[in-house]
Amino acid sequence: MDNLEALTNQALQAVTDAADLRALDDVRVQYLGKKGEISALLKGLGKLSAEERPQAGALINEARDQVQAALDARKQAMSAAALAEKLAGERVDVTLPGRGEQPGGLHPVTRTRRRIEDFFAGLGYAVSEGPEVEDDFHNFEALNIPGHHPARAMHDTFYFPDGHLLRTHTSPVQIRVMENGAPPFRIIAPGRVYRCDSDLTHTPMFHQVEGLLVDEGITFADLRGTVAAFLRAFFEVDDLAVRFRPSYFPFTEPSAEVDIGCTHCGGKGCRVCKQTGWLEVMGCGMVHPTVLKHGGVDPERYSGFAFGMGVERLAMLRYGVKDLRMFFENDVRFLAQFR
Amino acid sequence: MLIIESWLREWADPALDTDALAHQLSMAGLEVDGVTPAAPPFSGVVVGEVKSTAPHPDADKLTLCEVSDGTEVFPVVCGAPNVREGLKVPFARVGATLPGDFTIKKAKLRGQPSLGMLCGASELGLEDLIDGLLELPADAPVGTDIREYLHLDDQIIEVDLTPNRADCLSVRGIAREVSVLNRVPFNAPVVEPVAPTIDDTFAVTVSAPEACPRYQGRVIRGIDPTAQTPLWMVERLRRSGLRPIDPVVDVTNYVLLELGQPLHAFDLARLKGGIDVRLAQAGEQLTLLDEQTVTLKDDTLVIADASGPLAMAGVMGGAASAVSDSTQDIFLECAFFAPLAIAGKARGYGLHTDSSHRFERGVDPQLQEQAMARATALILAIAGGQAGPVVEVAAAQYLPQATPIRLSSARVEALLGLSLEADEIKDILVRLGMAVVETGAGAQDVTWEVTGPSWRFDMAIEADLIEELARVHGYDRLPTRLPAIQGSAIAEPETRLPARRLSDLLAARGYTEAITYTFVDPAMQAALAPTLTPLALANPISSELAVMRSTLWAGLLTTAQRNLNRQISRLRLFEQGLRFVPGAGEGGSLLQEPMLAGLVFGTARPQHFDDLTDGKPRRVDFLDVKADVEALLAVAGGSAAYRFEAAEQHVLHPGQCARILREGVEAGWLGKLHPGLAATLDLPADIYLFELRKEVIEQVSVPKFSELSEYPSVRRDLALVVPDSVPAGALLESARGACDERLRDIQLFDVYQGDNIEKGHKSLALGLTFQDRSSTLGEADINLLLAGVLSQLKQEFNASLRE
Repeated sequence: MDNLEALTNQALQAVTDAADLRALDDVRVQYLGKKGEISALLKGLGKLSAEERPQAGALINEARDQVQAALDARKQAMSAAALAEKLAGERVDVTLPGRGEQPGGLHPVTRTRRRIEDFFAGLGYAVSEGPEVEDDFHNFEALNIPGHHPARAMHDTFYFPDGHLLRTHTSPVQIRVMENGAPPFRIIAPGRVYRCDSDLTHTPMFHQVEGLLVDEGITFADLRGTVAAFLRAFFEVDDLAVRFRPSYFPFTEPSAEVDIGCTHCGGKGCRVCKQTGWLEVMGCGMVHPTVLKHGGVDPERYSGFAFGMGVERLAMLRYGVKDLRMFFENDVRFLAQFR
Repeated sequence: MLIIESWLREWADPALDTDALAHQLSMAGLEVDGVTPAAPPFSGVVVGEVKSTAPHPDADKLTLCEVSDGTEVFPVVCGAPNVREGLKVPFARVGATLPGDFTIKKAKLRGQPSLGMLCGASELGLEDLIDGLLELPADAPVGTDIREYLHLDDQIIEVDLTPNRADCLSVRGIAREVSVLNRVPFNAPVVEPVAPTIDDTFAVTVSAPEACPRYQGRVIRGIDPTAQTPLWMVERLRRSGLRPIDPVVDVTNYVLLELGQPLHAFDLARLKGGIDVRLAQAGEQLTLLDEQTVTLKDDTLVIADASGPLAMAGVMGGAASAVSDSTQDIFLECAFFAPLAIAGKARGYGLHTDSSHRFERGVDPQLQEQAMARATALILAIAGGQAGPVVEVAAAQYLPQATPIRLSSARVEALLGLSLEADEIKDILVRLGMAVVETGAGAQDVTWEVTGPSWRFDMAIEADLIEELARVHGYDRLPTRLPAIQGSAIAEPETRLPARRLSDLLAARGYTEAITYTFVDPAMQAALAPTLTPLALANPISSELAVMRSTLWAGLLTTAQRNLNRQISRLRLFEQGLRFVPGAGEGGSLLQEPMLAGLVFGTARPQHFDDLTDGKPRRVDFLDVKADVEALLAVAGGSAAYRFEAAEQHVLHPGQCARILREGVEAGWLGKLHPGLAATLDLPADIYLFELRKEVIEQVSVPKFSELSEYPSVRRDLALVVPDSVPAGALLESARGACDERLRDIQLFDVYQGDNIEKGHKSLALGLTFQDRSSTLGEADINLLLAGVLSQLKQEFNASLRE
């Protein structure tokens, strides 16, 4: 008992001196184990008188708790240090590149086409597609472009020896939809179209989205409102200038070309708009009664409008692509810019 | 079409500047493509007169001139061959600035002083018609600024006309529009008929009156073959894009520009018998003005005489009967050819002329008399001669008859969404030259009968009239509204894969979408499908884009070639679109089938320092690409619905080629590019391809929930030795078939050949996971299931458990 204090100090010193968990455990066994030196003192209590026993017991317990606390603290510190060391060894250079596949992407034409489709889907238009190898009736006749119509010269049509042709616009889909259904119609027809023309500003294949709305009481005002709302939404310019110029398409009457204020210069005049401040973006008009009749729709009861836009043209303006031909060269360095 | 502003303003002169006028035309549907000055800027050039000339003492080719500017006379050294005494020429005085910022200074040429320069046309930014100085008419007033004298402060307006506006293919037509739009007078010059001074005529027969409802001709004798076209006319022709030729041809061109009526002059001396306007006999030959000889088709209208075809009617004259520089007597033709008789004919011969352009769109059938008078007067004034009487052969029943169109104000409102006053409606139509008769006037509706003018070929139905109202009223003044949004009552069927799902999935797996031409190189197409006769274009844009693809691989392989040539080392491409297979469609028709195809080349994954095999990035192989295809199929009805079978096809490596089947129907192909084909196409051999038929894979079923089991699952592994020829897929399918629904999953986790396995055999290790929905499976149940599997595989594939 006399040496309790010395023994405690000795034990505490041993805890401090212990170099690792194993040495620490040795200290625990030496002092607090079953045969440990402090445990032995507790066992020796029985030799004391009943009066001395409680006080001595309290002192020994205090010493034991003190050593135990030191052991616990030391052990925790050692574990923390060990963990820290382990974690330090597991450090990853977070600036290294990740491993595995990266996303590819959609073609800018698809990206633009989806943007157009989504806008019109929101207005209740369904998407319709049609064949690319078309017959003369659907591509021309039904659209009020008979055999010798001068408008055929504008179309630079690709023909097949049997008289079929590659559709020059997606307008034939209008006819097919009307033939196979009943009004009202609200559709857009996106897809590939073909013109026998190739230079800086023309590729022999390109994409159009044709729109058709046929219902009772549809006016030119509805056409203007729809087209303007689309263009403002597409370019995300609320006050985008939109103007309608009289034009001519055999399948609409009245017909219009639609210009927007140049998205490049804001209408001041630049290279993109050829100094005019305006960009021609699409054609449209009220569906010609003859076309409605060809589609089996009564023009006395129903009226409608149609519009057609070039997807590449819109993509070029939207993304600043300067050369139309890049869309079909499929250089992956170009395509990767649109993923 | 090029319109000279000053000429236009002689006919209709609104108080608008050039830009405003151009804008107004565009907004009225006559799109202005551009406005260019008649001449570039220059100053200080006047009409000069060469008073005298003398040879230069020290230079053979130079002439010393004394030139008057009307007030003073200057010494000028001139090198032009046509300089002579008395000539009037543009004279750039000292201080003048010529196009290109070239300033005229006092100079000495070979020792002789020169104070100014005599100019040729090109030196003033005009087109040289002769080599040398621009010769001005003898009556040109000396000292007048040349810009003023030649009307060079003028603009040329380029109008891009739509095919319906044939009436605007002339100064007269555009002026009529300008007058209507601005409510300014239409100052059509008065053209008096030219009374005949001789009796000579030339016989005219019209054998095809339907194609030529009106034919006028007149003889003019004794014109001066040496006459020159006056400068003002030359300038107007030039600025309108036509080359001056000789006075007679120039006059016919001038009248074409002015009135829109094409005319043709024949050399009377070369005509035989009489004129016959008839259809050609197939095989007849005609040498045209442009020296090309065409073999005529029997649908082509010709002007013929006793010796045969003289001209292709309304398209181009013939060389043999053309006016030449010795022509003294002419036969002048002015006709109305029906648009349908001319339409497409010129194109059929690869021709397109100012005349055919107008006739096929429609020339005013009431214009011939006026145009004939105008042309005669101009020829007589310029080249002299005596005109005979006009001979006309007309078939009134074939002349276009404007039929009255009913117009209702209620329909105007219904189509435009705008209520126009009845008075405005009538006013606009009358200004446009239409005859308007009111036929009814109710409170809600006023109706008219409207007859279009002879020059409008595009007034057939009520909507045509309504467009005219909208156009003249101004499109920008029409109302705008967004139609009520209408929710679609038909939802997309869930049994059809959404169109975007497959492309989004491929994009997420590293594929980039390509869009290639559907017409491809016949060589590429033949290499990919040698036994198929592809759909060939009759008029391809180039020989490399001449046939329709029967597989999307054509475009993807071309895209690969192009990218590999640009040092791209890893490619993952896909494309969606149609393929074209003649005869494969319904009833032997053309099949136009939507496909989804992919091409993969390079490393299996993007190159990474920590993703190497033996120090190198692993190259993509069949199973990598199969995983991508399986991922597609997983969303397209589930992989279980599909079967891959070893098969052969021309494009793919015979040992690495799979046909994909869905319930026995071909869904597509997957494999490695055939090494032989790779060599032919100059492509690396380790390219992998797949192509899927969208209509087969896009059918999906609505998911059906099945209860999740609460009971533990048990896995058992079997290592089986089978002959090498047994396909793993068949083994798995068979094992699956031997179990009931308690087999929850089956995995192939090892494939081994080598030590301890008999030659010609392989070991396949299967992991089978069993689970029951309603109880915990006991050892006995599992053993029974395994025994069933083993017995089935033994029987079917001679499979044995690996020792």
